[in-house]
Amino acid sequence: MLNELLDDLRFPIGLLFSIFSAILVTLGLTRPLPPGADVNLNLFAGGVMGVFGLFMLFFALWAARAAARAGK
Amino acid sequence: MKLSPIDYVIIALYFLFVISIGMLLKRKVKCSSDFLGGHGGKRGIPLWITSLAFISANVGAQEVIGMAASGAKYGFMTAHFYWLGAIPAMVFLGIFMMPFYYGSRARSVPEYLKLRFDEKTRGLNAISFAAMTVFSSGVALYVLAILLKALLGWGFGFSVLLSAGIVAVYTFTGGLKSAIYNEVLQFFLVVMGIVPLVYVGLKRVGGWDGLKAQLPGVMTHTWQYMGASSDNPMGIGLFGMLMGLGFVLSFGYWCTDFLLVQRAMVARNMSDAQRTPVIAAFPKMLLPFVTILPGLVAITLTHLGGDFSIPLKADGRMDYDMTLPSMLIHFYPSGLLGVGLTALMASFMSGMAGNVTAFNTVWTYDIYQAYFCKEADDAHYLRVGKLATIFGILISIATAYVARSFNNIMDLLQLVFGFVNAPLFATFLLGMFWKRATGHGAFWGLMGGTAGAALTHGLTVAEGKGGWLLASGALPLHEFRSGMGQAFAISILAWTVCFVLTIAISLFTKPKKDEEMRGLVYSLTEKPKETEARWYLRPAALGTVVLVVTVALNFVFR
Repeated sequence: MLNELLDDLRFPIGLLFSIFSAILVTLGLTRPLPPGADVNLNLFAGGVMGVFGLFMLFFALWAARAAARAGK
Repeated sequence: MKLSPIDYVIIALYFLFVISIGMLLKRKVKCSSDFLGGHGGKRGIPLWITSLAFISANVGAQEVIGMAASGAKYGFMTAHFYWLGAIPAMVFLGIFMMPFYYGSRARSVPEYLKLRFDEKTRGLNAISFAAMTVFSSGVALYVLAILLKALLGWGFGFSVLLSAGIVAVYTFTGGLKSAIYNEVLQFFLVVMGIVPLVYVGLKRVGGWDGLKAQLPGVMTHTWQYMGASSDNPMGIGLFGMLMGLGFVLSFGYWCTDFLLVQRAMVARNMSDAQRTPVIAAFPKMLLPFVTILPGLVAITLTHLGGDFSIPLKADGRMDYDMTLPSMLIHFYPSGLLGVGLTALMASFMSGMAGNVTAFNTVWTYDIYQAYFCKEADDAHYLRVGKLATIFGILISIATAYVARSFNNIMDLLQLVFGFVNAPLFATFLLGMFWKRATGHGAFWGLMGGTAGAALTHGLTVAEGKGGWLLASGALPLHEFRSGMGQAFAISILAWTVCFVLTIAISLFTKPKKDEEMRGLVYSLTEKPKETEARWYLRPAALGTVVLVVTVALNFVFR
């Protein structure tokens, strides 16, 4: 199953955006907003990246599992 | 400006992923076509990847920076480069031209010319294309290094070697597939990295209505000020826009540039190959809102005189190229700033990788195999392809350094390539849809078109440029209102000369036999069998949808 996963482009894309999301959301929650800013950009952009990243990971895992089952 | 450590972590993570993708794909490279691309077939790449790579190969290098700059300078008219200058040509490529590119099983665009016309037409196209790709890749490196120096204070040599080194690692290991995969990653990075800027920017100026209230009408309309070239800041009239950008330049670029067509050629089947540019047209249609709007916001904020303004050059004029980077730095908190800068770097680096991987294919198949070593085993061509990759990157680095010392050389090169490219679409149009067109006609038509372009540039002037063929003191034949207007006129003339000359010479020379042109020309090729069962997912249906929506967008933002 690992082989299928590594061949699937959705896996690295999902993983990278999930990591970016974790970093940005943490920053958004812990750091005070810079003066003049009225939107917590790190939190919102990080949130969107997280949803996107997890979706990509989910589909990659789903496809890899299906391929592994079909292989058996 | 100093980045915080977390921004560096984000940039480093991106570099790590890019290199890992190349390393993972290395296992898959077994023969020359795995590395260099070619006809996709069963080992081809899925449609969603080819489509996003197609759009990303175009959004590479200068577009992200350049379109925001044009947005600030010319306003929303810049959207013509998408809705008029891209979408129709992309749909045309998919529906009418891909059947010949893909159906001929050619491994490159020059190889199609060889099959359809002859060796000399292929040679002309292959050599000019190979030169153009390595120089463009060098220009991308140069611009990126200048940008990183201005933003982060990185040394020129450090930036050039770092980015070229990373591109070298992932193109050398994974080849074309690695370049394509990283283009898809870049596409998502650009969208995720720049959309938040559009959001905060629009919020600051009061949305689209706020932009309209604060900017002169010419900045927020696409068509209303097109009546005469004096009415708009681009200095272009309706005819020049429709014929120059809408026809010759856009079809010449989208339908013949191997860097783009290569992405569709590696698709799994004909239907996927046809749909690659058509599906790519959907995001392309929406990109003006990501790439141009920041420029409009920036110029509005500059006029309002608040805490943000577009930086000035040493001579006191606005440095439009810094529009997008300076907005990122102004509006983004550290963290998101790292993602935004990563998106910029990614777009330059994948632009470079795209050029290098197109260069090594054309070099190996259309120059080396055609002229130096016809019959060797596949492993030999794989080695040549790998060496060409390194060679291409070395020339890119050299070009970046030359560009730094002699900026004029870059302008000159781009000018010359413009002359070579302008007539190309006439050759392909006649080649694919008129079976009487001959190799001699195509070759001399291209030569004539290029000469016509150079002559027009030499005898006319615009913004103090051109006119190099005029005797000192002689008046130019015509003075254009803008350099862009001149470029459009040159391309229209070059196309017409090539079109007429190719027809005339073809009529006096011997055509190829019909059986040699099966699959290469419209009247001798069966219509591709539709493999997609659902009618609404077929190329023609998707193409119609994207065209209708594009017309609607033009109407809304007229």
